[in-house]
Amino acid sequence: MGPLLKNLVGERGTAVFLAIVVCIGVIVPVLHLVPEPGSALHLSGYTMTLIGKYMTYALLAVAVDLVWGYCGILSLGHAAFFALGGYAMGMYLMRQIGPRGVYGDPVLPDFMVFLNYKELPWFWHGFDMFWFAMLMVAVVPGVLAFVFGWFAFRSRVTGVYLSIITQALTYALMLAFFRNDMGFGGNNGMTDFKDILGAAINAPQTRVALFVASAVALILGYLACRYITLSRAGRVVQAIRDSESRTRFIGYRVESYKLWIFTFSAVLAGIAGALYVPQVGIINPSEFQPINSIEVVIWVAVGGRGMLYGAAAGALLVNYAKTYFTAALPEYWLYALGLLFIVVTLFLPRGVVGLIVKEKESARPPTSTPPTPTPHKPEAVPA
Amino acid sequence: MVLLLALLFAMTARAQTPAPVAGDPFATAVAGLGADNFPDKAAAVTVLTELRHPNGRAVLAAMLDGKLYLRNADGRVFITDAGETALALTDPLTMQAAGTGIPDDFARITTNNSLRKTLRSAVAGFALADPDAAVRLGAVREMLRSSLDEDSAALLRGALEKESDEDVRQAVREGLALADLESPEPEKRLAAVRALEKSLNSDVYNRLTSMVTAAEDGSYPEADERVRIAAREVIGSIDSSRRVYGTLETLFFGLSLGSVLVLAAIGLAITFGVMGVINMAHGELIMLGAYTTYGVQLLMPQHIGLSVLVAIPLAFLVSGTVGVLIERGIVRFLYGRPLETLLATFGVSLILQQIVRDGVSPNNVPVETPQWMSGSWQINDALSITYNRIYVLLFMVLVFAILQIVLKKTSLGLKVRAVAQNRNMAKAMGVRTQWVDAMTFGLGSGIAGVAGVAFSQLTNVGPNLGQQYIIDSFMVVVFGGVGNLWGTLIGGMSLGVANKILEPWAGAVLAKIFVLVALILFIQRRPRGLFPQKGRAAES
Repeated sequence: MGPLLKNLVGERGTAVFLAIVVCIGVIVPVLHLVPEPGSALHLSGYTMTLIGKYMTYALLAVAVDLVWGYCGILSLGHAAFFALGGYAMGMYLMRQIGPRGVYGDPVLPDFMVFLNYKELPWFWHGFDMFWFAMLMVAVVPGVLAFVFGWFAFRSRVTGVYLSIITQALTYALMLAFFRNDMGFGGNNGMTDFKDILGAAINAPQTRVALFVASAVALILGYLACRYITLSRAGRVVQAIRDSESRTRFIGYRVESYKLWIFTFSAVLAGIAGALYVPQVGIINPSEFQPINSIEVVIWVAVGGRGMLYGAAAGALLVNYAKTYFTAALPEYWLYALGLLFIVVTLFLPRGVVGLIVKEKESARPPTSTPPTPTPHKPEAVPA
Repeated sequence: MVLLLALLFAMTARAQTPAPVAGDPFATAVAGLGADNFPDKAAAVTVLTELRHPNGRAVLAAMLDGKLYLRNADGRVFITDAGETALALTDPLTMQAAGTGIPDDFARITTNNSLRKTLRSAVAGFALADPDAAVRLGAVREMLRSSLDEDSAALLRGALEKESDEDVRQAVREGLALADLESPEPEKRLAAVRALEKSLNSDVYNRLTSMVTAAEDGSYPEADERVRIAAREVIGSIDSSRRVYGTLETLFFGLSLGSVLVLAAIGLAITFGVMGVINMAHGELIMLGAYTTYGVQLLMPQHIGLSVLVAIPLAFLVSGTVGVLIERGIVRFLYGRPLETLLATFGVSLILQQIVRDGVSPNNVPVETPQWMSGSWQINDALSITYNRIYVLLFMVLVFAILQIVLKKTSLGLKVRAVAQNRNMAKAMGVRTQWVDAMTFGLGSGIAGVAGVAFSQLTNVGPNLGQQYIIDSFMVVVFGGVGNLWGTLIGGMSLGVANKILEPWAGAVLAKIFVLVALILFIQRRPRGLFPQKGRAAES
């Protein structure tokens, strides 16, 4: 365990990142619970939940970075896995409402009573049990990613094509979840959650627990990804990113590696979604919007792809900027976001973190981000 | 002559209002409408019917609607329109405004049932004699709306003999047959049922169905067995021809949706297909085209009909210029890195949307549809097609043809293809590849703008217009095969038709989901689309 641990957290960026997350995970709850409200040191529940939300985003960004930064698969549909995990959690929370809903039905959630459901649809069974719901949080996105990847990677759909069909996937899911008769609450989604594991969902202690859970999930998810990237399989995955055909010719089963890393990433995204929903208190189909997935990609790009802590930092950075802008200068947020997309891709191919660690990198051979093969790529234009 | 007299009369009338000028039978008859008993009124109506005066129809129609008033002071008759406080008067003799009057000074010319019946057929009779076939058809339809009485039937029979227009004849025949279905003689009913065989009118269909639908006690509204059998046969034949027209309609809707998809995708087929650039701002270039139409309409509100035509080249210029700017400013630094262009151009799309939101309005803007594009082409009772969809379909074909010509017959097209096939070789042969890149991108973007003009006539124009199309456009290009315009055309059309075929039994949203899923599966099977590029360019 010793050498493994050293490897995992040995890198300076990782160590710093983990230290920061641990600090936040400890200090924020303490500041929320211990000082009296109104004292200068008190941190409001709103702020804590906001930071908790950022941490689930960071986990999602780490998941996207794992496939994009390390395997070269630009998924424009990862928000779909995030939302599916969120829906699984939402279904559990809906079942926990029980007879306390507006219509007071002991089993059916409000929207089903409203839509004249006579009994619970089959896929809602079991979601009253926490362990089952948590299993589904991982299984549903995982299975979808596995099936999708199985077809896509085996038929060697790569690059842009893969990006476009992942986008189509999340778009199709969005349309599906917007339908009322799908049994997922239609465009209103699910909300009005009451409690989780018997604890009132709005109680400060529950919020703290959810916050700590998000921090722990982020740390564990991060370490898992870090472990994968350091493993032998991780090396192969990076080789696939750098030259897929060459890796295949050497004798590796490229599609298997891609499939497993894609599935794992989807599961991580699902877990992030499941932690996100109880903190924001709602899940609805707009989480499936293609733009959400693209935004995740830009977090990763801003932070620095191919560096897990970079991705997480990017998520925090961009989302903090979003919160700030939408409150202070709402009309400029989209300009800022748009410019961010352009500036980062043009001038910061390795993101903000890449800019910071650049000097230290110069000693090592550069792992420049390679062009992803396209079916029909013009040769690079000399400037 | 009559008009002149009437005019003279009107002039003097204003000054002095004498009794109607003797010798003008129309004026006399109109005055007769104000008689104080119904037989005299009926006689006046008959006279008016026989006179065939151009104003007769309006007078009788006004009387039927209770809009004909008698001025108490001088006994003169006016067509009126109820205003806020006063009646707006129209002189029936001249059909010109004759000032206003206080309702208390007037008495409405009343009608009774039999008089209204006479009036109705008189008004219809006027319309049936109109030189315009459309007016005649409208009159026939109007008469058929209520069940026909003997008089109206007689009127229609008379009209049928004189009628030359086939549509009107058909409508009259249908109406007469429907009237005959009420006849007590089974033979006559049988003949009527047979006569309705070719009809697609839904009234006819409902009437026939009700004849053969058994009541609670097992009896049929139609007593005669033979008539029922005939009616069932006719219903069957109507059903099958309705199915044919239904299929045709679905097919047309599919082609129409397909033409929209192709228009949206064809610019992308150039930037993505030929250049390998993922332009996520493509939808916003479409949106700019639609807003150009809006701008042109603001500048020339008097010429809406012309505005769309003016907007086409302008939209090409606007979107094309923006496209060239995007290419020169961003895309050219990212060639060979398609995923990066995707992100950067996505940023551009956000900025363009926000510019429109701030610069114009965050809400949808009203774009008017020119007269010549509104309305629909009524082929028969079962099939009608709106003109704007026909025009968009034709427009798509035109744009496609022009694009093909540009790419295949012009020197720019030659260079575009050369650069797409082998950039370095083209460069070695002296092609200014950077210039060609900019022009190609501008061409694709300009086409997007032109598509936007078409879309402004089909959907709401708002800052999010482009968002709706971007995913569909990419799917069409990928489905058709990248770098292949014909593939885009066939891909878009077949996707449109597939969508519309699925819609009736799956619903619009589910149909779209099915098509998307099918597309995802299809791309897995054939990652290079329907018509993959062959040769070395396809590798790499």
